[in-house]
Amino acid sequence: MKTFDYQRAESVETAVKAASEPGSVFYAGGTNLLDLMKAGVRQPDRLIDITRIEGLDRIETGKDGSLRIGAMVRNSDMARHPTLLAEYPAVAEALLAGASAQLRNAATVGGNLMQQTRCSYFYDRHSACNLREMGQGCDALDGENGKHAVLGWTKTCIAVHPSDFCVPLAALGAEVEVTGPDGHRRLTIDDLYTLPGEGQAPGTALRDGDLITALILPSGGKRFAARARYMKLRDRTSYAFAIVSAAAMLQIGDGRIKDARLALGGVAAKPWRATKAEAVLNGAEASEASYRKAADAALADAAPSGDNAHKIELAKRILIRALKSAAAGTPPKMPALPGSVFAAGKEAR
Amino acid sequence: MALRISLKINGKMHELALEDARPTLLDVLRERIGLTGTKKGCDRGQCGACTVLVDGRRVNSCLSLAVSLEGADITTVEGLADGETLHPVQAAFIENDGFQCGYCTPGQIMSAVGFISERDGHATAEEIREGMSGNLCRCGAYAGIQDAVMDAQLRMSNEGKS
Amino acid sequence: MTDKPMVAAHHVRLGSNAGQPMTRRDGLAKVTGTATYAADNRPDGLLHAVYVEAGIARGRVNALEIEAALKHPGVVHVMTPDNTPALSQNPDEKTTPFTARIDVLQHDKVRYAGQPVAVVIAETLEAAQEGARLVTADYEVEPARIGFDNGEAFEPQAVGMSTPPVFSKGDLGSARSEAAHSVSAEMETPLQYHNAMETHAVVAEWDGDRLTVDMPNQAIGLAKPGIAAYFGIPAENVTLRSPYLGGGFGSKAVLFGPQMLGILAAREMKRPVKLALRRDQMFGPVQHRSATRQTVRYDLGRDYKFKAMEHQADVSTSSFDDWLDGAANASLSVYAVEAMKASHRGFRFDTGTPGAMRAPGIATGSAVVETAVDMAAEKAGMDPLEYRLLNYADKDPSNGKPYSAKALRECYEEGARAFGWKDRPLKPGLMRDSDGLLTGWGMGTSIFHAPFFPAKARALLRKDGSARAETSGADMGQGAWTALWQMAADGLGVAADDLDFDIGHSDLPDGSIAGGSAHTASAGGALFAAGNDVIRQLAEIATQDKESPLFGAGNERLVGDGGRLFKASDPNVGERYTDILQRAGIDEIEGKGRGNRDKASTETYAMFSHGAVFAEVKVDPDLYQIRVSRLVGAFAAGRIINPRLAKSQLTGGMIWGVSFALHEEGIHDKRTGRPVNNDFAGYHIPVLADVPHVEALLVDEEDPHVNDLGVKGVGEIGITGTVGAIANAVWHATGLRTARYPIKIEDLLERSIARKT
Ligand SMILES: Cc1cc2nc3c(=O)[nH]c(=O)nc-3n(C[C@H](O)[C@H](O)[C@H](O)COP(=O)(O)OP(=O)(O)OC[C@H]3O[C@@H](n4cnc5c(N)ncnc54)[C@H](O)[C@@H]3O)c2cc1C
Ligand code: SF4
Ligand code: FES
Ligand code: FES
Repeated sequence: MKTFDYQRAESVETAVKAASEPGSVFYAGGTNLLDLMKAGVRQPDRLIDITRIEGLDRIETGKDGSLRIGAMVRNSDMARHPTLLAEYPAVAEALLAGASAQLRNAATVGGNLMQQTRCSYFYDRHSACNLREMGQGCDALDGENGKHAVLGWTKTCIAVHPSDFCVPLAALGAEVEVTGPDGHRRLTIDDLYTLPGEGQAPGTALRDGDLITALILPSGGKRFAARARYMKLRDRTSYAFAIVSAAAMLQIGDGRIKDARLALGGVAAKPWRATKAEAVLNGAEASEASYRKAADAALADAAPSGDNAHKIELAKRILIRALKSAAAGTPPKMPALPGSVFAAGKEAR
Repeated sequence: MALRISLKINGKMHELALEDARPTLLDVLRERIGLTGTKKGCDRGQCGACTVLVDGRRVNSCLSLAVSLEGADITTVEGLADGETLHPVQAAFIENDGFQCGYCTPGQIMSAVGFISERDGHATAEEIREGMSGNLCRCGAYAGIQDAVMDAQLRMSNEGKS
Repeated sequence: MTDKPMVAAHHVRLGSNAGQPMTRRDGLAKVTGTATYAADNRPDGLLHAVYVEAGIARGRVNALEIEAALKHPGVVHVMTPDNTPALSQNPDEKTTPFTARIDVLQHDKVRYAGQPVAVVIAETLEAAQEGARLVTADYEVEPARIGFDNGEAFEPQAVGMSTPPVFSKGDLGSARSEAAHSVSAEMETPLQYHNAMETHAVVAEWDGDRLTVDMPNQAIGLAKPGIAAYFGIPAENVTLRSPYLGGGFGSKAVLFGPQMLGILAAREMKRPVKLALRRDQMFGPVQHRSATRQTVRYDLGRDYKFKAMEHQADVSTSSFDDWLDGAANASLSVYAVEAMKASHRGFRFDTGTPGAMRAPGIATGSAVVETAVDMAAEKAGMDPLEYRLLNYADKDPSNGKPYSAKALRECYEEGARAFGWKDRPLKPGLMRDSDGLLTGWGMGTSIFHAPFFPAKARALLRKDGSARAETSGADMGQGAWTALWQMAADGLGVAADDLDFDIGHSDLPDGSIAGGSAHTASAGGALFAAGNDVIRQLAEIATQDKESPLFGAGNERLVGDGGRLFKASDPNVGERYTDILQRAGIDEIEGKGRGNRDKASTETYAMFSHGAVFAEVKVDPDLYQIRVSRLVGAFAAGRIINPRLAKSQLTGGMIWGVSFALHEEGIHDKRTGRPVNNDFAGYHIPVLADVPHVEALLVDEEDPHVNDLGVKGVGEIGITGTVGAIANAVWHATGLRTARYPIKIEDLLERSIARKT
């Protein structure tokens, strides 16, 4: 990798200030950043190490009952936090369905949210990629694209966001706290990510120097705690990125759905909140027929971006699976294979 | 301008001068300190061969910048045994034939040590399988690895270590 | 020297070491991190080298821009075709069947993506890596040929090492005309990359025209003269150390360009150089398994017995070398059939050259054969095991030779019992587990040759009772440090702990190739014979020594065991080795040995290991994610030297079967020929969660013909049979078959939708 300056930030303010200079990036767990630097895809001039900033590693309950998770909380610590497990179990399940135990020990909340796509043409310096440099073209478009996007893509870029964690966050309407050169602001997960446009690569709403300081899980999300699941389809039982995934959270009473939250992963350049499907479900009977309708609604606008039409059908099916699993109830104990399709009971199949 | 860092590795302090901030913990261990027990299988977080404990937690040393770890307490496979006495996980790997070529083994062993310490209470076989899935073994020594980890957690609770 | 006076050739008795489930002798070194693999060496003054790989798959390098690299702090030199001296032997010349055409900066042609086009040498690894990134190339690009639709077809001269590409026996046409039914399985298998956990590496150090190399190698005896020839020095000037290999699987048996570049760099720089491949560099110059497109057709009689078999395989190789996987030969010796034909067609892809990869030919071929056999069983309405027994071969159907030993019936029986096969419903799609997962059971027959290589070994017995044995053999994980040690100790009749044992070094007698699952038999046979040679000499001394209790017992069978020589008929009559040597005033006795396989036996018998693999899979009924929940294999492979290690080899092979059936696939971009998934995140191999239960049973088999010790191999057979067993289990779970390996979620989904409409 290219040589770079290394600077350890002592506070949020110094971090933001240092990172406001072009060419600077934050170093958190390093598991995505170093990977990309080794591939030569990212070549920052300066790394701002945010691992020693006091206070970013706390998990605390806010006055309004929301859960505030510091940006430097490691994925594994978050996943085993009792409050998270009790109140937002699908988030814990999604965290544990991602990467490996070693990576989760290093990976942080902020880093996970800000990780970049695994599109292999993005990683390959010999291929054309608009995300790496706008104007090069997109070699994935006519290449090996079986795992690429089916929603929200344009010919500029058909990559998907790889995070599992983000999927239930999108469903919950979680927010991030950002401190930047212009002060503090809050963004919903949905607003954090930007889809590709014509001639515009996908990305995030963060600008140079913007530091995510915390993630806020809204207190309203707790009402789904009894029926919340994350389901991830993959071609290896563990330690594999999602082909498609879904988070489903339900409130059911008298056989009817009172409230539903849904999001899909692995289908677009951002975690895909399925609001139309939620609308279909609200007030509907808690039945397979409703779930099917919801799945059709969620994928109504989907289109293959290449050799990946199967992902549309699989996305519907994973959504139905997540819904049925959620309806069956959050398991009393985290399944041994979190998020695995094998961790769904008979009633969910 | 050299960067100075100090790391405590297997109980011993190491002061290092790096020409720049690039070296990963893995390359520092292997190429600069000479602790070559920790292996490089992919250099990209995809295999687990480089697993070490940093402040007691298992991580992939190939994706950690050494400079960022200033002052950290690192344990590698070389630091696991107590003199001539093997750590229970090491002993269990030998007895259950938890390896063949041995190349993934330091990573498997460090990962198993981390895995056992992360939990309270015994893990089920399925939990071991999931918990050890961040360590690839191309030889396919998985049957022995699973048995070794199962055996090691028993040994450790018998010795009152867990 | 090589005749063994005290033992009848076919009934060699091994001593108390062999047959024991001894734990690995190298275990302590491996669990404490003290086992030194090649890249662990750090001689003083070490430089690091990283090569720059071609960004195109076919064409020419017009120009290389190296200035930026040279300016990078720490970079000391950049080797390019312009400044790299010619090797003493053209690396495109094939001097032995084990020589591969390799790329060592001797020309500006690009023959595959990932080919080395420059080497950056620096004081630190980080500088060398960045230097390599900074080198840019301008290419003249020609279109890449990837895949059977684009590859150039040709009629090959040979497949595998040197097998004829076409084989036929009997009259296929007339056998077919008498047939009542026929089935045909058409399947593709992808490029697979060996990807040993330890990437290829070299640490080279020159002292004048003497060279020391640390390099993982499966065939030290071939590598030493091979390296010497490239560098124009006498073979005895090369010292090659390879005490531990971090896996080989066939890819560390020949010499490759990158490692020769490391040696060259060390000579150029007059300093030691380390060059270790990055993981992504493992997808180019260091071999892979050929892609294949196969058709296996069985014609069946009215009784559903096989009448005719035809196996055709299209097989990929590179544009510049000829190695082809002999997939179609996998069907020849496994089931009884009257007439058969196997044929291969070569296809040139712009990839690196393939080579032998764990169970070459058989793994690839049996994956399709076992599918076809199950299709025939389905046609017959018979249980797949019963159907295989119907077509059981008592003689090798390809040549009519009896098998040297074949306990396959017992394998079927013991494997089926352990698995619980008898409860299997005949029809697919009928079993669900308590979680509602589709459950399927499938099986496959395993077979692998029992080759034998001419290995040599040396043994030494000293006056103080200490002993030593040595051969250049290699431990790539199969357990040579242990199994060979046990055999050497038995040859000498001493306890393993009393033996000083050495392998993995070019100064030792040539232990031949660790490959073809032949190493334990070949090198172990040599070690045993060397020990026996010592005992023979010792017996000669004792029986002529009036003071020995064995005086005059020259015509009797004497046994050496536990450091004592005694009469077989009366173990009480004998004495300690040390007593014999001390009285005779001899400091040490040296013995030499070669493993022995009787020539006549080779001509008379067909020699194979056999096995049966039973697989249970769970398939999600909507999402089609697959998990192999249970694998049970039963194997008969002659005498087992160390059951603990043998089981590990077998279960490891079976896990390779899981990998073949469900995971591995080297994908190259059809437009550029560049690998798309050249890392472990994209090129999947199983993780522990993929293989919850894998079990290997050892079935007793005495093979009196295969070699003196009756030892066959266990390293490769596990993968054969397993791939088909999994595909058959997936069919049994779902009623679906796919047209290619690995079996993918999207392929099952597509077929399930097609079935419904
Ligand atoms: C082999 C492998 C497998 C993986 N599998 C999965 C998987 O299955 N599912 C999954 O979800 N993920 C997976 N991951 C990705 C993993 O989750 C991410 O690498 C990790 O979450 C990144 O966190 P980090 O703290 O290490 O980030 P870093 O690498 O430190 O940073 C990543 C990016 O985020 C920026 N950043 C970090 N913190 C902040 C902040 N507070 N504010 C603003 N910007 C910030 C950095 O500047 C950088 O651009 C895998 C990774 C690997 C290597
Ligand atoms: S899909 Fe996006 S990331 Fe991938 S090559 Fe195209 S532009 Fe780049
Ligand atoms: S070397 Fe670090 S995970 Fe593979
Ligand atoms: S023992 Fe060889 S890779 Fe695991």
